[in-house]
Amino acid sequence: AVSLPFAVGQCGNQVGCRFWDLALREHAAVNKKGIYDEALSSFFRNVDTRSGDNGPDIYKGKICSLKARALLIDMEEGVVNEILQGPLRDVFDSKQLITDVSGSGNNWAVGHKKYGCQYRESIVEKLRKTAEHCDCLQCFFIIHSMGGGTGSGLGTFVLNLLEEEFPEVYRFVTSVYPSGEDDVITSPYNSVLAMKELNEHADCVLPIENESLFEIVNKIHQMINSGKLGSTVKQNSLVTSSAGSAKTLQEKPFDAMNNIVANLLLNLTSSARFEGSLNMDLNEISMNLVPFPRLHYLVSSLTPLYTLADVNVPSRKLDQMFSDAFSRDHQLIQADPKHSLYLACALLVRGNVQVSDLRRNIERLKPSLHFVSWNQEGWKTGLCSVPPVGHSHSLLALANNTCVKPTFIELKDRFMKLYKKKAHLHHYLQVDGMEQTCFSEAVSSLSDLIEEYSELDATKGAPRIYPSRLKIAV
Amino acid sequence: MSIVTVQLGQCGNQIGHEVFSALCSDIRGTHGLCSRKENESYRDACRERFFCEQESAVPVARAVLVDMEPKVISQTLSTAASSGHWKYSSHSHFCQKQGSGNNWANGYSVHGPRHKEAIMDLVRKEAEKCERLGGFFTIMSVAGGTGSGLGAFVTQCLRDAFPTSFLLNHVVWPYGTGEVIVQNYNSVLTLSHLYHSADALLVHQNDVVHKICAQLMNIKQISFRDVNRVIAHQLGSVFQPAHTAGGGSGYSRNPLGDLMESLVPHPEFRMLGLRNIPQMPESSLPYSTFSWPGLLKHLRQMLIANAHMEEGIDWQVRPPQPGSSIPSTNKPLHFNTSIANLVILRGKDVHGVDLGRFQDPSLYTSWLNPQDAFSAWQTPRAFNKYEKSAALVSNSQFLLQPLDNIVGKAWNMFASKAYLHQYTKFGIQEEDFLDCFTTLEQVISSYTNL
Repeated sequence: AVSLPFAVGQCGNQVGCRFWDLALREHAAVNKKGIYDEALSSFFRNVDTRSGDNGPDIYKGKICSLKARALLIDMEEGVVNEILQGPLRDVFDSKQLITDVSGSGNNWAVGHKKYGCQYRESIVEKLRKTAEHCDCLQCFFIIHSMGGGTGSGLGTFVLNLLEEEFPEVYRFVTSVYPSGEDDVITSPYNSVLAMKELNEHADCVLPIENESLFEIVNKIHQMINSGKLGSTVKQNSLVTSSAGSAKTLQEKPFDAMNNIVANLLLNLTSSARFEGSLNMDLNEISMNLVPFPRLHYLVSSLTPLYTLADVNVPSRKLDQMFSDAFSRDHQLIQADPKHSLYLACALLVRGNVQVSDLRRNIERLKPSLHFVSWNQEGWKTGLCSVPPVGHSHSLLALANNTCVKPTFIELKDRFMKLYKKKAHLHHYLQVDGMEQTCFSEAVSSLSDLIEEYSELDATKGAPRIYPSRLKIAV
Repeated sequence: MSIVTVQLGQCGNQIGHEVFSALCSDIRGTHGLCSRKENESYRDACRERFFCEQESAVPVARAVLVDMEPKVISQTLSTAASSGHWKYSSHSHFCQKQGSGNNWANGYSVHGPRHKEAIMDLVRKEAEKCERLGGFFTIMSVAGGTGSGLGAFVTQCLRDAFPTSFLLNHVVWPYGTGEVIVQNYNSVLTLSHLYHSADALLVHQNDVVHKICAQLMNIKQISFRDVNRVIAHQLGSVFQPAHTAGGGSGYSRNPLGDLMESLVPHPEFRMLGLRNIPQMPESSLPYSTFSWPGLLKHLRQMLIANAHMEEGIDWQVRPPQPGSSIPSTNKPLHFNTSIANLVILRGKDVHGVDLGRFQDPSLYTSWLNPQDAFSAWQTPRAFNKYEKSAALVSNSQFLLQPLDNIVGKAWNMFASKAYLHQYTKFGIQEEDFLDCFTTLEQVISSYTNL
């Protein structure tokens, strides 16, 4: 079954680029014989390019030329051009790109209304073409940031489009949320406007915060530089900056940070691509982790951290990996699930880990976690036999937890600060199709969502009166 | 008579593979401990039951493999073939690409009708290869989407297409924690539907088998493969050929029919539990000896006290004393009342083993004669390298507590309406859930009031 990523905007495409690179490496490591197999087909087509780029797809047999199943969308050319000139240039062709030159000016309305309208037909056409090549399309991934204009505006426009054109295909969104100190002043507007779309049209959202990614990268650095674990940095390590030095990071190491998000997607889809004793497909993630349609925001954590960098660290104890998954250091957003309420939790393990390891650790960790009353044993588990490249095992945890509420409340507060003063509003309202009601509806949608989480926190999900079980006349 | 096995979903296919593997390895083994004639007879009976040998170098399992995604079937087929000793037919599987998403409604209402023809076609072809069809054996988990939902649908189709054939569903109940979050919903939906179509449900619980792996088999890092192998061993101990009491000199020619006749006297009571003794790592076998009285004493107490294995049995539990007129409501709480039991003995010195204590009327409900409530099969041919082994298939209160737990948890979740939108989107409404709850509460009530 195929998963189709859409990288929208600068952030989305930078993450996307890392994702394709890692995906190729992962499959190359596993697929020694160069045969185009079921696993590869979830992300790549095999094209016969002997007679040019427009050759037919080859469904079996040796790998000829792998082309990524993807759409790259950006309203500026910089990032996409870089990709097309870099080592991944043969993985994409021009039919998968939608670009413009002037950008969205960090304006959601420009991305959503103006470019949405302008490029709708082109996007639909390219989407259909890409979908045609897919044997069985199971899931769309949108990779974008929330704070800007293209990723946020056009990205959520695409989300809407996907629901219209392919209503049965699941829509997963990986969204990078802006921090409080974001450079873009209007990022709260963009984010809240985008949130409404995510509330209404996404099946699952994986929110990501740059602060978390930054901290993770720093931790990896500490691990390398501490020398305690006897680790060595491999060549072509993701952690080395462009200057080749792994010692200090002068600026925000976006490459390394993007790598983490790319790894998230890789791990999320690993059990759908590779075999294991308990498979976990993407539609299962959506089924088990979304008890009520709008509560579909999942906190992700990845462990061990060193699998996110090309670092050779001797394996630590397996149980430590499970503990780490529930430590804030490993989460991709700043939140506190341990002190909030779990609605559901999924553990996707890769590598030589068996069901008894899973059970032992769930039993061990359960007492310190608070689960909603109707889901006391709410664990979804998956065992994938294939570990990440160069490592023996890894774990991805996805939690549907009310701890996302503070993040959303903060976002709403930042939005209100600007909105009350009507700051920068005219930039949005002057865009065709954009009205004040878009703003009020968006913040209302966010408020409702926050309220749903609050209700759960207050009642722990328990109904006021438990309906007693059906009685049978004897 | 031949049995056609239908393997459904990841669990069904993984277990099915282990079952055929175990059966094949058993008949190839040289530890029969019986006469050559007996051994050959056993082997031939097993082959007729489970394998087909037309135009093939190795026996071909009489099986249909069904899954909604390709990886597991692909693995299953290749692993079997690489054994060199048996294989699946290359034309007996059906799979799709997108899976069922752990959604019972998706398996039952979408995949079921959509693929009914193709699947039943494969089943018919397999049934036609049998000179005499003895019935169907389906294997599935109740927790996921395919085995459970599609499995329930296929079971119904089997019942409709083969109304006079025996239909036994082997169902696997998931770990209490940590497999699928909506497992209790899926279980309730599956079990209630199967109850209306199958002749009987033979149940294995992952938690129980896991304990056997940990405590009896001494496995440190238990994998699903280990769990499945124990299950396969237990199933093999029931389905390998055996002589029934009135069955003449040959091996039983109608194993499923015999099973149903012995154990399912009343349609309200269809749930069968399985116990096996002894269970130990293969490496310990050469160093162990057992006596039939010892084994049977343990097995009987496992029945009475509802113990899952020969360790940790509560010996305090006793059946109510005969002769004292204690009304049924006063029965000791932990005592497991039986409707019917079947004991299968395999190996050395089976003849003349005293099974009298299994016919003790106090073990049973009052509405059957103890002679009718208890059956015994046997064979001097040892099974799977165990010099002596005994299996107990029981229609009793074994599964009452676990079933009650599942229904309770599902009801709790249903009351909060969590996850219901995932089911209604595929056509399973709240009323459908209520019907299923009603069916199972009825079953629970019936078993409680034995």
